[in-house]
Amino acid sequence: MPGLEDLYREIILDHYRTPRNRGELEPPAVRAEGHNPLCGDEIQVYLDVTDGVVSDIKVAGQGCSISQSSASMMSQAVKGKSLLEVRALVRRFKGMMSVDEADADEAEEAAAAAVKLGDLEALQGVVKFPVRIKCATLAWNTLLQAMSELPATA
Amino acid sequence: MTTVDSALVRKDFPIFDRLIDDKPIVYLDSANTSQKPRQVIDAMSQFMENSYAPINRSAYQLAAEADVMYEGARAKIARFVNASRPEEIVFTKNATEALNLVVHSWGRANLQAGDVVVLTHMEHHANIVPWHMLVAERGIVLRWVPLTADGQLDLTDLSTLLDGAKAFSFTAMSNVLGTLTPVKLLCDAAHAAGAIAIVDGCQFVPHNVTDVQAWGADFMAFSSHKMCGPSGVGALWGRATLLDAMPPFLGGGNMIADVRLDGFTTAPVPAKFEAGTPPITEVVGFGAAVDYLTDLGMTNVRRHEMDLTGYAITMLTDRYGDDITIHGPTNIEVRGASLSFAFRGIHPHDVSQVLDQQNVCVRAGHHCAKPLMRLLDVTATARASFYIYNDESDADALADALEGASDIFGF
Repeated sequence: MPGLEDLYREIILDHYRTPRNRGELEPPAVRAEGHNPLCGDEIQVYLDVTDGVVSDIKVAGQGCSISQSSASMMSQAVKGKSLLEVRALVRRFKGMMSVDEADADEAEEAAAAAVKLGDLEALQGVVKFPVRIKCATLAWNTLLQAMSELPATA
Repeated sequence: MTTVDSALVRKDFPIFDRLIDDKPIVYLDSANTSQKPRQVIDAMSQFMENSYAPINRSAYQLAAEADVMYEGARAKIARFVNASRPEEIVFTKNATEALNLVVHSWGRANLQAGDVVVLTHMEHHANIVPWHMLVAERGIVLRWVPLTADGQLDLTDLSTLLDGAKAFSFTAMSNVLGTLTPVKLLCDAAHAAGAIAIVDGCQFVPHNVTDVQAWGADFMAFSSHKMCGPSGVGALWGRATLLDAMPPFLGGGNMIADVRLDGFTTAPVPAKFEAGTPPITEVVGFGAAVDYLTDLGMTNVRRHEMDLTGYAITMLTDRYGDDITIHGPTNIEVRGASLSFAFRGIHPHDVSQVLDQQNVCVRAGHHCAKPLMRLLDVTATARASFYIYNDESDADALADALEGASDIFGF
């Protein structure tokens, strides 16, 4: 059995205890809600996009240390990035979680490979605990859902 | 007083010979699914090695033997819950399918728009979602019996809730809170209001003496895999007069008397509700599980679990005080051996992950009871559940392993 130190890195616990970008945003920010049907965890992502750039993001909801810290780090990582960069980041992160997306073309793969994960690398240990991968990816899937609901002008 | 010798019982369960990382398994997830004794495993292996054949359709000796085994299991299971005759036991895939059978067959035949069905706030999704489907399909109305602060049914307004209702469907034991409900009283109240009484016995039957006739119930759903039997088979007990009058649920082979180009007629109960080849080997295993539990004695099983639950509640509360919150009643007379708890504000998934380092297996999640989770104002709980093979050392192992969660999360 892999050791818990691989899972509960200090940076993860820090984001869990002190989540960043916690809260809600008023419309026109887009709101998306994600559920982990396995455990009941739920997360809401509020996304504000101006001129193709994430101008603000907030995260609300409840969940375990992995889902909450992943959401917190995600919110920091995507703020100020263009939607193209965010898509590459999501792809890179899900790749780290061993979740490959079927529809990627070569350019997207290359863009994803070039993305720096920074603090998010701390979540790498989650892969050794396959049951928890869904916890780590919950916020990211919810972010993708929010992006899909953006008006065409954003 | 006689109880269960869990050390002896444990020897019957091969899985407890296994070590993970050189440590024994502390299995506290029997409310989820129970482990299997050698007697059940052997009965299934021997059946497949010596007697396996189709049932109800072939004349040769091997098939006749399989018929006897299959119907013998039905008779044992009928006796186990004190059904008045074996034909009142219908084999299903699990308790969920048994409840769906009632909703879709009895419900569709008897419920129209505006008809009322009463449920409780502590139901499993299996006793909620099928009814919601009927709400969507034909506009029946659901009413809900609320809970008291200590997680029992609040019966203050029961007669008002039941007024004009056609059915009252409730659990005999909450899978989250461990609460035992007053089944006979609830059945009587349903009948007084002119409603039928449907009991979800999935959590109750593995741990208690079950007597559907003493309850006066109309239907009861239960499952093999929570009571030492294999997964893949469950049962619906139903009053013969009701089952006889109901339309079939699934159509196909075995459930017919005749099929013509212009229609079909159904076989008598229980075959009417057992379309297709059933899980034959699993039914034989289910029968062996009932033999195993009958040998232990269900009064003894209940006594053992009351002792162990009482010990665990006292020990955990003494050791952790306000840092642990045990949901549901603390009086062991009105609760079974499922302990849902919150620990030092640490998320149940994280609690369960840390416990796993010591091979302590608990369930973390919403336990398929999201309405109850909302009522408790949590998204999830951790749940330790005890059975015949558990003893005080398992409860102690749980308590010891919880220390590890504090070490990591520092709350």
